[in-house]
Amino acid sequence: MARRVMIKGNEAIAMGAIEAGCRYYFGYPITPQNDIPEYMSAAMPKVGGAFVQAESEVAAINMLLGAAATGARVMTSSSSPGISLKQEGISYLAGSQIPGVIVNMSRSGPGLGGIHPSQGDYFQATRGGGHGDYRTLVLAPSTAQENYDLTMDAFDLADKYRNPVMVLGDALIGQIKEPVELKPYRKKPKPKDWALTGAEGREARLLKSLFLADGELTVHNWMLAKKYKRMQKEVRYEFYRAEDAKMMLVAFGSVGRILKTSVDILRDKGKKVGLLRPITLYPFPDKAIQEAAAKSKLLAVMELNTGQMVEDVKLAAECACPVEFYGRPPGSIPTPDELAKEAMKIWRKGGLK
Amino acid sequence: MSAQPKLKKVFDRPQCLKDVPYHYCPGCHHGVIHRLLAEQIDNFGLRGKTLGAASVGCSVLIYDYFDVDIVEAPHGRAAAVATGLKRARPDSFVFTYQGDGDLAAIGTAEIVHAANRGENITVVFVNNAVFGMTGGQMAPTTLEGQVTTTSPYGRSAAEAGLPIRVTEMLSTLEGTAYAARVAVDNIKNLKKAKAALKRAVTYQQKGWGFSFVEFLSSCPTNWKMTPEEANARVGKEMADYFPLGVYKDVRAN
Amino acid sequence: MSKVEVVSERCKGCGLCVLACPKKNLSLGDEYNAQGYAYVKFSSDGKCTGCSFCAELCPDMALRVYKQEKK
Repeated sequence: MARRVMIKGNEAIAMGAIEAGCRYYFGYPITPQNDIPEYMSAAMPKVGGAFVQAESEVAAINMLLGAAATGARVMTSSSSPGISLKQEGISYLAGSQIPGVIVNMSRSGPGLGGIHPSQGDYFQATRGGGHGDYRTLVLAPSTAQENYDLTMDAFDLADKYRNPVMVLGDALIGQIKEPVELKPYRKKPKPKDWALTGAEGREARLLKSLFLADGELTVHNWMLAKKYKRMQKEVRYEFYRAEDAKMMLVAFGSVGRILKTSVDILRDKGKKVGLLRPITLYPFPDKAIQEAAAKSKLLAVMELNTGQMVEDVKLAAECACPVEFYGRPPGSIPTPDELAKEAMKIWRKGGLK
Repeated sequence: MSAQPKLKKVFDRPQCLKDVPYHYCPGCHHGVIHRLLAEQIDNFGLRGKTLGAASVGCSVLIYDYFDVDIVEAPHGRAAAVATGLKRARPDSFVFTYQGDGDLAAIGTAEIVHAANRGENITVVFVNNAVFGMTGGQMAPTTLEGQVTTTSPYGRSAAEAGLPIRVTEMLSTLEGTAYAARVAVDNIKNLKKAKAALKRAVTYQQKGWGFSFVEFLSSCPTNWKMTPEEANARVGKEMADYFPLGVYKDVRAN
Repeated sequence: MSKVEVVSERCKGCGLCVLACPKKNLSLGDEYNAQGYAYVKFSSDGKCTGCSFCAELCPDMALRVYKQEKK
């Protein structure tokens, strides 16, 4: 039986990574994710891996690029301003098709912002973030357990698609302490026939993102685009008390978690409210949104920002029903009661009974 | 009656260099420097365990020439990428090959800290005092008064500072185990360059720590000189400001 | 007799080998290769010692050197 422990969200990320075979970690300190490098600095030598505290976020992501190029499972983690710096490397990982796991325990911005929970990095995470036409697969956990589970999955998905995978949490998801079942990782990762291991007895291998020959880059970009299309089947989401919902709340990560209690409060009052929580932000659960839009009279998107995911919800809903938004810029964490009240404002505005 | 004496081939291309023409301009020293590194990979029998980090600049296409496993690093990040390669595969021979724009400008932090950590890697640094690939702009190593496309009145010390002496700078770090500055402008210097590279590879093979070889190199095209004039400038102006020699050799007896 | 073979298609006519040869056995020619470079010519009259300085300093590996073995 899997061991059950009481740990912080950030520790769950680190433990999930190690369980999934991550042996190399490169990072740079930034609040609110320091538990991850701290955990890794103690754990990596014990599992025969390596931890390097890099001189910068830029160096850390490029160390990841080098180690991952050898076929190893590698992770880096940071928080919003640090993730901005890592975008260069993430773009190169995508272009060179080198897998890697990047954790963003996001904080508030823009600029130095603050260390409050925030979902202001949604656009950055789901639109590639760096230069060029690429996407990273984005997983958005809402509990410490999901931190553990999804981090394991992140390594599998990164290898499967030879693509960077981002785990997007926030200060709340990283700092919360709760029970986690430490499920064992049972998969057997496939050998990587592209990895740089030294060209003994074979042709030399090359991992690059530069394509200068006529037409080469067009072919490369179309190939990547097809890969992102294939990724669509990895879409994940959770419906909560959604079966007969007149109003469907849509939220991810920390807000998605808080809204479950808000839904319970509203249901107790007899309001038919449900929740759709996207777990993959890229690929985005378009079909689930469409399903919700077809069944409900109203979609209400709630985010810890001034309106980002709501754009994707509107695109997916294709005007099948109205899409309302409640945004909360960083500063404080909303309570379930507060969000239930905001939901009721939207409910009344929408003329629901 | 004496038999006709036999001719023995005494110079041939190294095995780990592909038999293809370089894209470099006539008289550019990159070609010689590539060959010297390839010779050491051959000499030490390292082709099958070599991992290279290519950089951005004229030498980004190094993988078109070296028949070894290579990953392309973003501009300036080769030392960080090499850190990742080496940490994940400590038994490999890991090298970077970087120009002065790459290593001494945008990659300053990466090279300083890789050296300071004593990463057991070998860095080949090609200093031609100019950004070559992008068309001859001023580099951190551009000499005072040198005219480039972004210092049209000559590099001004007041505005741009004086050129960085990278080998000297890295030699001050405890993590740097071997550091030398060499040139390939004449046969005497070339022999020293070979010895320096051999020593640098030996350092990594023995696990003695960070090894660094700076090559002063010509760039006839961007210096707007003939290959002969550019070659001469390396030995004179360049070597005057960037003195050749072994700056650090912590295992020297 | 030691000799230098010019791989004319690889020569870019930079002339660094001409500078390197202690015996002045190499000179820039007036024939052009497919790349459009006037490649170097070797003529020794028995003076070539097979020292390989030329090939060592050639950026394009366009020279092969054969040394006469001692009897």
